Amino acid sequence: MSEYSLRLNHVFKRFRRGERHDSLRDLIPSLVKRAVRRDSERALDAQEFWVLNDISFDLRKGETLGIIGHNGAGKSTMLKHLSGIMEPTRGSIEVNGRLSALIEVGAGFHPDLTGRENVFLNGVILGMSRAEVKRKFDEIVDFAGIEEFIDTPVKRYSSGMFARLGFSVAAHLEPDILVIDEVLSVGDFAFQRKGLEKMRSIAKSGATVIFVSHNLQAVAEFCQRGILLEKGRVIADGPTDQVVRRYLDTAAGHHERQAGGPVRILGASISGVDGQSGRFAAGQRARVSVQIEAAAPTEKVAVVLDVFNTEFYEVFNTSSERLGHPPLSLAAGDRANCEFDLELNLGPGTYYLGLYLYRYDVEREYDHVFPATSFVVTTDRDTRGAANLYPKVARFDTVRVNLARAVGV
Amino acid sequence: MKTLHEIIRNRELLYMVTWREIRIRYKQSVMGLLWAVLMPIIITGAGVMVRVVASKVSGHPITAADIGGIGVKALPWAFFVSALRFGTASLTSNSSLVTKIKFPRLVFPLSSVLTSLFDMAIAIPVLLVLLPFTGVKASLAMLWVPVLLAVLVVFTVGLCILFSAANLFFRDIKYLVEVVLTFAIFFTPVLYDAALAGKWRWVLMLNPIASLLDGLDSSVFRAHGPDIIWFGYSALVATLLFWAGIAFFRRLEPRFAESV
Repeated sequence: MSEYSLRLNHVFKRFRRGERHDSLRDLIPSLVKRAVRRDSERALDAQEFWVLNDISFDLRKGETLGIIGHNGAGKSTMLKHLSGIMEPTRGSIEVNGRLSALIEVGAGFHPDLTGRENVFLNGVILGMSRAEVKRKFDEIVDFAGIEEFIDTPVKRYSSGMFARLGFSVAAHLEPDILVIDEVLSVGDFAFQRKGLEKMRSIAKSGATVIFVSHNLQAVAEFCQRGILLEKGRVIADGPTDQVVRRYLDTAAGHHERQAGGPVRILGASISGVDGQSGRFAAGQRARVSVQIEAAAPTEKVAVVLDVFNTEFYEVFNTSSERLGHPPLSLAAGDRANCEFDLELNLGPGTYYLGLYLYRYDVEREYDHVFPATSFVVTTDRDTRGAANLYPKVARFDTVRVNLARAVGV
Repeated sequence: MKTLHEIIRNRELLYMVTWREIRIRYKQSVMGLLWAVLMPIIITGAGVMVRVVASKVSGHPITAADIGGIGVKALPWAFFVSALRFGTASLTSNSSLVTKIKFPRLVFPLSSVLTSLFDMAIAIPVLLVLLPFTGVKASLAMLWVPVLLAVLVVFTVGLCILFSAANLFFRDIKYLVEVVLTFAIFFTPVLYDAALAGKWRWVLMLNPIASLLDGLDSSVFRAHGPDIIWFGYSALVATLLFWAGIAFFRRLEPRFAESV
């Protein structure tokens, strides 16, 4: 028995921009062309591009892999190949075991059928036998928490109920390999937690899990290994926090900024006391370092630091000047370093760091970089929100009043 | 062979998808299962009208066996039309499943045929109750009926598989099928007998369904089997179409998800 559960061997996939030939007139020439040469060996023509470009990796049994990347990097195409919905133009994908893919919850649901009917239908479509669905039926309904609506047509369901039932069916498949798309972004927060918990228990039972998400925090928490895709290529493959870090660096490179100021931010980074970067436990100390360079003589430069959460809510803001450090005046060609020490008393989540160069007395902004970098905060306690108040339950018990004594009998 | 094996392995899936089709078709409809009977009745009614007019013109009186013959042919014809109509659109109307979940896509055209077969199975008892009134007598030739129906099913499955895959790439196919089906009743001997065409009968019989319907009529009412040569022709066409359909479908299946 080999140890790998999934193996990708130089996988290529060609896509066309724009419309395909959808009329017979265009089909004939392309068929002739294909008859002459094998399609998979053909080079790209002007309308085509590689949406997957030479992708190879092995996945061991029981590994949890997170696939991240910017929009259009090839994540969903990758997913469709892993789940067998699409086949590569070139290369091969070997699957070792029963694979289930959850690309869209409730994809097989029919609005006119009841929840019960859809559970059976969807279960069988996803690869269970009817006996299997019957056995797990109560568990599925219970997990989705919709017992009272199980005999209602799903067209009357709220989108949350729909998603919960869909996820619940798929979560009870007991696959050897589970491929999951952004599905956890549906449903309310409590259900997302529950879903992540369920995925964790599936992973714990020895299944290989592949998770594709924009939610870096979920990926960082859940996956041991990460793969970063860009333009159809694997540009990073390794421990999740390193890969997430790499992703954030490339994300930082995507910001817009105006050029031509007299002083510029050259680079910025955040690192912890143990030298880690990108991923911190709540309450850890971290240092933000900023390098700046003046192109022309500049007076009274202060550095402003901003922290935003993923909803772009400003969680924190301070500056060198407001912290009591006098501004710097720089000559042309001067470089300067500025470092902030922070204590990351933040709730779990992804945060973005914005940096400004600012002159307070004349209220002038020299440079502005957002996001300069970003980082993930994790916590061992289930809390929500941007702040971390380090809670614990001090007491929670029933108080029994002695009635007899209370009325003075 | 591999394909048949795969279908057998996925029989539960096929069952569930067919069950879904039937369930959806009859849910929220007042007439429910009556729909399965209605279509053949309308076809038979139209046939009777044509026959009455024809008998007025030619002077031959119309017999109960004539009307029965139309009924016997109307049922499989209604099956063929509905199976082909749903079968052709089966992949495109399930595009969310085709692009989201991996499973054998052959179940879609197959379930369309099974759903229409279910409709026919409901209508058959009704016909069986009515047939004795047309003066039909039991005969050994009636053993041909299941054989003829089986060939018809194989032919229908082949066409559905072929057209469903073709329609996924070229939506023209669906409209083409609609148009052809609308006029097919004129060049298929459903309402009339192929013999009516005299020496041009062979042109009508080139249509593989013609000999099957003709055979059904003769084995029920005239106590002799189908024209064996034309039956052999239909069976051959049906078998070839079946395998060609599967090969075509198989060939294109990997490209379904990105082309739908």
